[in-house]
Amino acid sequence: MIEVEQLHKSFGSKVAVQEVSFSARDGEITGLLGPNGAGKTTTLRMLYTLLKPDRGRISVDGLDAALQPLEVRRRLGVLPDARGLYKRLTARENIAYFAQLHGMDESLIRQRTDALIATLAMHDIAERRVEGFSQGERVKTAIARALVHDPRHIVLDEPSNGLDVIANRNLRDFLRQLKADGRCVLFSTHIMQEVAALCDRIVIIAGGRVVADGSPEALREQAGERSLEEAFVKIIGAAAVEGLA
Amino acid sequence: MSPTLAVFLKECRESLRDKRVLLNALVLGPLFAPVLFVGLLRFTIARQIEQADKPLPVVVIGAERAPELVTALEQQGMESLPPVSDVETAVREQRVALALRIADDFADDWRAGRPAQVDIIYDSSQRAGGGQVQRLRAMLQSYSWRTGAMRLIARGLVPSSGTGLLIASRDQATPQARGALLFGMLPYFLILSSFIGGMWLAIDSTAGERERMSLEPLLINPVPRAQILLGKLYAAAAFSFTSLTIGLAAFALAARLLPSRQFEMSLNVEPRVIASIVLLMLPVVFLIVISQMLVAAYARSYREAQTYVGLLQLLPLIPSVALSVSPVTPQLWMYALPLIGQQLTMLRLLRGEVVTALPPTLSSLVTIVAAIAVFLLARRTYESERLAVNA
Repeated sequence: MIEVEQLHKSFGSKVAVQEVSFSARDGEITGLLGPNGAGKTTTLRMLYTLLKPDRGRISVDGLDAALQPLEVRRRLGVLPDARGLYKRLTARENIAYFAQLHGMDESLIRQRTDALIATLAMHDIAERRVEGFSQGERVKTAIARALVHDPRHIVLDEPSNGLDVIANRNLRDFLRQLKADGRCVLFSTHIMQEVAALCDRIVIIAGGRVVADGSPEALREQAGERSLEEAFVKIIGAAAVEGLA
Repeated sequence: MSPTLAVFLKECRESLRDKRVLLNALVLGPLFAPVLFVGLLRFTIARQIEQADKPLPVVVIGAERAPELVTALEQQGMESLPPVSDVETAVREQRVALALRIADDFADDWRAGRPAQVDIIYDSSQRAGGGQVQRLRAMLQSYSWRTGAMRLIARGLVPSSGTGLLIASRDQATPQARGALLFGMLPYFLILSSFIGGMWLAIDSTAGERERMSLEPLLINPVPRAQILLGKLYAAAAFSFTSLTIGLAAFALAARLLPSRQFEMSLNVEPRVIASIVLLMLPVVFLIVISQMLVAAYARSYREAQTYVGLLQLLPLIPSVALSVSPVTPQLWMYALPLIGQQLTMLRLLRGEVVTALPPTLSSLVTIVAAIAVFLLARRTYESERLAVNA
């Protein structure tokens, strides 16, 4: 369970995020939808304690992120906006490095890495150096690296960026699988179809604020529209919807 | 496995797979300086030896007025060149390097037993001038002294009565000390080797890691940033130290290859001295590497980091040049200056002097304190938000 309350962050005079509150429940996929520059990445960065909020509170499984940042990070598997892998290491070495940083022992690392390589169908690339990987292969490796410590909470920043249709379908299946395991999945996107297809709960962010929050059905009902797209237009205004895809 | 160890191993492994890093840190860095140094030294020594044995070409004006003098000079190695008109202008225009003019009334003065005039014409602003002028002057003086002595004998006097003083030069420099004067730049080259050895990893693991977008995922791991910084520091220090050791070994080898016997000098490169230098340089390596990492963490890009770190490595050059150009008598307080203190101690070790424990201990303590201070600064930079987020 991830809970975010009244989050506020500004860089200099530019306000990036204000009064953002939402929660992401276990066994659900929560989508953070918003146009580019709406404050999604900043919100997630505060969530995984890379940035400190100016005001507000974040808790993961009841642990306060400001007070116990290391404990919170231990419970999170994060695919950040920056996907950077180490190109002179193999996919397996990249994954193992982060497992070591989580303090896992060698046999557990081996076991978890093998499992992820199987789940993500990475057999053909596991022992290859990352240099020269396709975008899809990079995202797979980065996801495996983020999940190697078997976290209960998974946070992904624009996971479908740069993926082709097949890779994207595989990613959706994988996220559903994580949900079926009872994990809490939170991801950001600017693509409407993605939230429509996947999410149990949608949080719409525009201009650094939460403008709508609810299940797809609730959002449609709230707007009195049949299609989710029309509902978005009604809720956040045509101008903001133009920033979405 | 502790996170620090994990970071250390990963940085080393990744760097060992980078041919550019290997070439720079472990080949060019440590070997460039010794090769250049030995080449330059061999060239200088060969030139000096060659010049000492070579005939000295001198344009002689008025040779017919003093045939005996010219013959005596030629026996000492002078090579007479035919006279030119307007010799002063010829020297100024560098057509003639060195000329000897025998005065018009030389023969009259000579026969009358009066001092006879000879002019040495040269241009002291020209490089070739100094040594050759000295040689010619020495030849003339020895001829002058012999002639004077013979005149005294002819008058029934003891020649030595014309000499008030007996002057002998007794140089107290040991052969090692003379070698160390030539090798005065060696400590700087060793420091430079440490700089180059650690530089690539220091930049690559901070500014490089940020530019390749892998710093953010790294910092999301549940590891205090100070431990990540330490792992990277140890890895950069390991490369720096390896580079230093290779450079030192190359110098020790080079010192044996030099024709030092011709100069009656040698450099003390016994294993004991080499080991002392390695030990002495250990805190220096950490200070250098953590400074590089601090600078690289401040920089906004890889290129910017390269520029700053490049400037940083010129800093220790200033005292090194000062020390080798005008050697000072080391005072105890100088040993309290990081890098300078170690350079002074290294010079003394290489000269074969006895080094007491206090000065190097003082240098090491001060350097360790400085390294810790820079580490604390670097940790603050690492813990700031702007390290990982470029936005």
